[in-house]
Amino acid sequence: MTNSFADFAKAKMLFVIGSNMTEAHPVASTFVKEAVLAGAQLIVVDPRRTPLVDFASLHVPIKVGSDVAFINGVMNVLIDEDLYDKDYVASCTTGFEQLKEKVAAYPPERAAEISGVSPETIRDVARRLAAVKPAMLIYTLGITEHICGVNNVLSCANLQMLLGNVGFECGGVNPLRGQNNVQGACDMGALPNVFPGYQKVDNPEARAKFEQAWNVPKLPEKPGLMIPQMIDGLLDGTVKAFYVFGENLANTEPDIRHVEHCLDSAEFLVCQDIFPTETTRFAHVILPAAAWSENDGTFTSSERRVNRVRTASAPPGEAKPNWWIFRELARRLGHPWKADSAQEIWDDEIACLAPSMAGIRYARLEKDGIQWPAPSEDHEGTSFLHKEGCFTCGLGVFSPVDWIPPAEVPDKEYPLVLSTGRRLYHYHTRTQTGRSQGIDDLLGEETADISPADAADYGIGHGEMISVRSRRGEVVVRANVTEQLPKGMVWMAFHFREACANWLTNPAYDPKTQTAEYKACAVQIAKLR
Amino acid sequence: MSDTTFILNGKETPFAPGQTILDAARDAGVVIPTLCYLKGAAPTGACRVCLVEVTGARSLVASCSTPVTPGMEVFTQSAKVLRSRKLVVELLLASGKHDCIVCEANGNCRLQDLAYACRITEMKFSPSEETYPVEDVNPFIVRDFNRCILCGRCVQACNEVVVNRAISFGYRGSKSKIVTGGDLPYNESECVFCGQCIEVCPVGALTEKKAKGMGRPWETEKIRTTCPYCGVGCQQLLHVKEGRIAKVTAVEDAQPNQGRLCVKGRFGYDFIYSEDRLKTPLIRQNGKFRESSWDEALDLVASKFKDIIVKHGPDAIAGVSCARSLNEDSYQMQKFFRAVLGTNNIDHCART
Ligand code: SF4
Ligand code: SF4
Ligand code: SF4
Ligand code: FES
Repeated sequence: MTNSFADFAKAKMLFVIGSNMTEAHPVASTFVKEAVLAGAQLIVVDPRRTPLVDFASLHVPIKVGSDVAFINGVMNVLIDEDLYDKDYVASCTTGFEQLKEKVAAYPPERAAEISGVSPETIRDVARRLAAVKPAMLIYTLGITEHICGVNNVLSCANLQMLLGNVGFECGGVNPLRGQNNVQGACDMGALPNVFPGYQKVDNPEARAKFEQAWNVPKLPEKPGLMIPQMIDGLLDGTVKAFYVFGENLANTEPDIRHVEHCLDSAEFLVCQDIFPTETTRFAHVILPAAAWSENDGTFTSSERRVNRVRTASAPPGEAKPNWWIFRELARRLGHPWKADSAQEIWDDEIACLAPSMAGIRYARLEKDGIQWPAPSEDHEGTSFLHKEGCFTCGLGVFSPVDWIPPAEVPDKEYPLVLSTGRRLYHYHTRTQTGRSQGIDDLLGEETADISPADAADYGIGHGEMISVRSRRGEVVVRANVTEQLPKGMVWMAFHFREACANWLTNPAYDPKTQTAEYKACAVQIAKLR
Repeated sequence: MSDTTFILNGKETPFAPGQTILDAARDAGVVIPTLCYLKGAAPTGACRVCLVEVTGARSLVASCSTPVTPGMEVFTQSAKVLRSRKLVVELLLASGKHDCIVCEANGNCRLQDLAYACRITEMKFSPSEETYPVEDVNPFIVRDFNRCILCGRCVQACNEVVVNRAISFGYRGSKSKIVTGGDLPYNESECVFCGQCIEVCPVGALTEKKAKGMGRPWETEKIRTTCPYCGVGCQQLLHVKEGRIAKVTAVEDAQPNQGRLCVKGRFGYDFIYSEDRLKTPLIRQNGKFRESSWDEALDLVASKFKDIIVKHGPDAIAGVSCARSLNEDSYQMQKFFRAVLGTNNIDHCART
């Protein structure tokens, strides 16, 4: 997030796209609702009538996967009607002419055809957004989990720069991170192309710095593989050993059947986890790890805030902190690492190596955490980025993009769109919530959500068992007939193994990020006889 | 006398325009007890515990909802105030069942604290006859309206703070009660089990079901930590007795959650005690897993990796880190892959 959660409640205009916040980020949504009670305008762009729509001044039910066309349409109106922030565009950005040329091809009428909302609505959205400054844009995985995920994100940034909304309190581009520490895992360099603090592995200076710090002669310079490539590599033999730390890939990746086949092909699979999972079944060695409240350390939240995690009890049996396990392995391979606690790892290594976190020390995290960048110990942290439109790398760059349809669109045989996500009561594959007493009582099984119109067409009653089938597989699941869904759409989560949406989802990926298109594939449904 | 001061217990005291007597007094270090007042919500003036004496006013005024005016003379501890406060508390004690020994809120109850502070030594009025069945059909929240003092804080929290709009005041007069739509149990209502109503209930009318018998407030250590579920990063207080989490509450006034949690953050903590936890390293042998020591398991992994690097090069190893685990864990894993194994094949589910 460029901005902070504290901004949500103070915002005057909120533009929420592809985010079912009330269920996936409930506390964040309370601040949005608070802002609405205090008079803020809220525009919710989502194919579903999500619970947040009850608070919205406008709901824009675009078709699944039409985000770029819709946003280009809005920008077309902003430019056409001279509503964009000319001063900001002139002084803080570059690439406006290219953007203008690109979105000229998306007049509201064309954007409407693709997105399924009327040209008047597109104009209305543009005018409303231009009328209140700054407006805050919030998105979640509805934007990223597409083969055009990167382009969707760029569109959000284009829109906010055109409106002159980046660099101000209560403005900005704000992705809500799904998992507690996705932000942190990225910051720490658990990515194939960057060291901690986003220093590129193909930059010789960065490598030299880390070679010296880690006391090794040479670090690899070629960026590594991303998860889908690793998984496929198991099958074609380019990846022999696979080390899976804490992820239940056999349930979370699209096309479960294929993923399991790949995992089964691994020559050597190491799993490090707190529970046996569908994935650990394929392991050759399983290492038992300490859980959340069993070790000291830090998480970094969506708002770039580094927060402390503290020990409440000892891990069961022989389970050990993860950092300890990696250190012991390193030692066995001839690398004696010094750090003997999470605090030492942070204070003596991470803070010294990642310039944006240089000022963050455990001693400073006793109360509220610190939001990076915090480059020095007297820096109080940064609640919003790109202050007054001064972008970190000079000018904000417009990156015009074209709309492309999802990789798999409905056809005669598979006439409905399946989109997936999380529900309020559960978390991912339920390894944790399924074992927290009481949660299953509130939501004990998966459902396939369908619209009343489709239910009537297929003769399906609420609560009846149906089959949902895609080109990858089939699940049998209870139908949940709900006004939340538009006609032509099925919605499922991936919390329960048997009816997991990922038996069905399409392993098609964004070419840059290798993010899978969880949000769109084609399915057919049928009532069980 | 300037127009930014007033007289508090005989002392000239500054205040900000629009400030209530309660807030101005708190800023000056003078604590006025409250029950129904909820920070961040519009004051309701329901409980009358915060009454103070204002010179010239016909009766005592509620400090939580009365703004200060310049030169106003306020007494927070006059005999009249103390008498009235005591009476209010005595009436509240008689309004329902307040048998503290068996109450989950014992030691964490504002009414109990007030009764003690007012030096109440006996029940002066006979308790009300009205009784309500205790609702504990849902997995997390016990509702016992026999203990409810109708302060309305839960209603305010649900409607104004978390804005879930699940509960409101229902019925009238002596039948008055907090209800969901249609007066149904929580689990059949709009309630989303965020537990914010428990967090603000000053008495034992709303309590955590899973915490029952797990530890009294004076027995538990309060450990601040960060929620392990979504990326909001809510700040929690773990109430821990003998190495076991008894319950989880939100850290008040902390960023980012400002005293709020959702159902997962508040009630999804006990998975760590599941019997299913992995407790020793396991090695697959003839298609089955057998327990092993750390030394054996780690030696095996290290030697396997060494072999594969010799035969196929370091890029034949790949790893996925965990977006749920600590920063320090991810740091160690990428360092292990880059510096020890010699490959950049390290990723995590950054984009899902
Ligand atoms: S648990 Fe949350 S939603 Fe339910 S009544 Fe209490 S405050 Fe409202
Ligand atoms: S349930 Fe608790 S918070 Fe709600 S009105 Fe009764 S005493 Fe007050
Ligand atoms: S309490 Fe709820 S909203 Fe807050 S971090 Fe945890 S899961 Fe997210
Ligand atoms: S706290 Fe003021 S009336 Fe209740």
